[in-house]
Amino acid sequence: MAELRCGILSDVLLEIKHLKKSFGDTEVLRDLSLDVHTGEVIVVIGPSGCGKSTFLRCLNGLEKVQGGEIRLKGNLITGSKTDWQKVRQQIGMVFQSYDLFPNMTVLQNLTLGPVKVQKRSREEAAETARKLLARVGLAEKENAFPRELSGGQKQRAAIVRALILNPEIILFDEVTAALDPEMVREVLDVILELAKSGSTMVIVTHEMQFARAVADRVVFIDGGEIVETSPPEEFFTNPKTERARKFLNMFQFDKRKEEP
Amino acid sequence: MDWLFLQKYTPMYIEAAGLTLRIAAIGILLSFAVGLVCSVVQQLKIPVLRQIVGGYIELSRNTPLLVQLFFLYFGFPRLGIMISSELCGIIGLAFLGGSYMAEAFRSGIDSIEQTQIESGLSIGLSKMQLIRYIVLPQAVSVSVPAFCANIIFLIKETSVFSAVALADLMYVAKDLIGLYYNTNEALLLLVIAYLVLLLPISVVSTIIERRLRHARFGN
Repeated sequence: MAELRCGILSDVLLEIKHLKKSFGDTEVLRDLSLDVHTGEVIVVIGPSGCGKSTFLRCLNGLEKVQGGEIRLKGNLITGSKTDWQKVRQQIGMVFQSYDLFPNMTVLQNLTLGPVKVQKRSREEAAETARKLLARVGLAEKENAFPRELSGGQKQRAAIVRALILNPEIILFDEVTAALDPEMVREVLDVILELAKSGSTMVIVTHEMQFARAVADRVVFIDGGEIVETSPPEEFFTNPKTERARKFLNMFQFDKRKEEP
Repeated sequence: MDWLFLQKYTPMYIEAAGLTLRIAAIGILLSFAVGLVCSVVQQLKIPVLRQIVGGYIELSRNTPLLVQLFFLYFGFPRLGIMISSELCGIIGLAFLGGSYMAEAFRSGIDSIEQTQIESGLSIGLSKMQLIRYIVLPQAVSVSVPAFCANIIFLIKETSVFSAVALADLMYVAKDLIGLYYNTNEALLLLVIAYLVLLLPISVVSTIIERRLRHARFGN
């Protein structure tokens, strides 16, 4: 149980216990435990290579874990018999490189999952897709091919592609890292709006201002383990740990001294 | 130049060209099917089948079509399996072409980014759905130039069919030379016949390739 922004206690949606992951001899995640509550927005930050992307990828089965367990609504999803096809409909993911399918229009990209995986009707899927496209400001683009869109537009469409499956939780893996600066805002605004509407999300990002605005809790990962978990205001103004302080200092610049 | 000869025997070439084209068409269609199955097996890394496919591809690519045809035409009857010349040609072409088509498919599949696969997985697609909706459509467009080259290559390879008594273009030419010694005329007609068959295919494939380049996917 945790206290959220609005002060309401809510259930644990995703329960991560003692997660371990290594690539060969390299340990990437040592012993990672975290509870994500329904409606909560968790922002994961940390230096490059700290394991935060790997952590996200473990959550929807793109990486196999070597130890520990993950439970979604109490059901173990790290067992060998996990039906990832089912789980992935509940745990959506948006990637850094906004990989829309280039051989399909925006609308086809969005309806593929609902129609082929969830067996929803084509009409209903298209209608929902249009509504969601309008919500992210892409109403005019349903028949465009990905190559005709800007990076920011592609990423917004990719968010809708995850959203349309009605997932319980959405994972965002550095979704603005590959974007030109002027397009970062439009994507972050969409995520911010989703957060306000109550979506549960785990966001990996390097955008500190955004993290501060959107997070219910900030999780700081370094060296494959959670070093600190704090509410955003506390984390950014008064971090508990020395490692977090050092990391945050990298984003500060001293003013150039004026010559006498 | 014996113009009368040309006039008289052109119909024979046309007939032979028809046969060549028919067998080539069936053989090439089959080789697409064989190639597709092989590349899917390799892509899905299905155990055992994958090793068999690997062995087949090496065997098929590293032996001449003529040897493969002899094996079918003279070898199989010894096992009690009689195969007609035509069937021999079709099977031989599919056997040879299958491996080349598999490689063409593979080059297309290899060109697909891992992130495309992961995006597909992340919306819950199964492996087969991933192949059908994401991998193949993208792979095919990349593979088209290789497909076109293979088609032309396989049609040219049909010229060895005469060795298993199939009355294709080459067979007719050799026959006429043997009968009348009109070597120049017979070979001239042969060259023309192959050009008439292959030039249009070559031109069409160039146009398709250019179109694909223009409409190229780009994420």
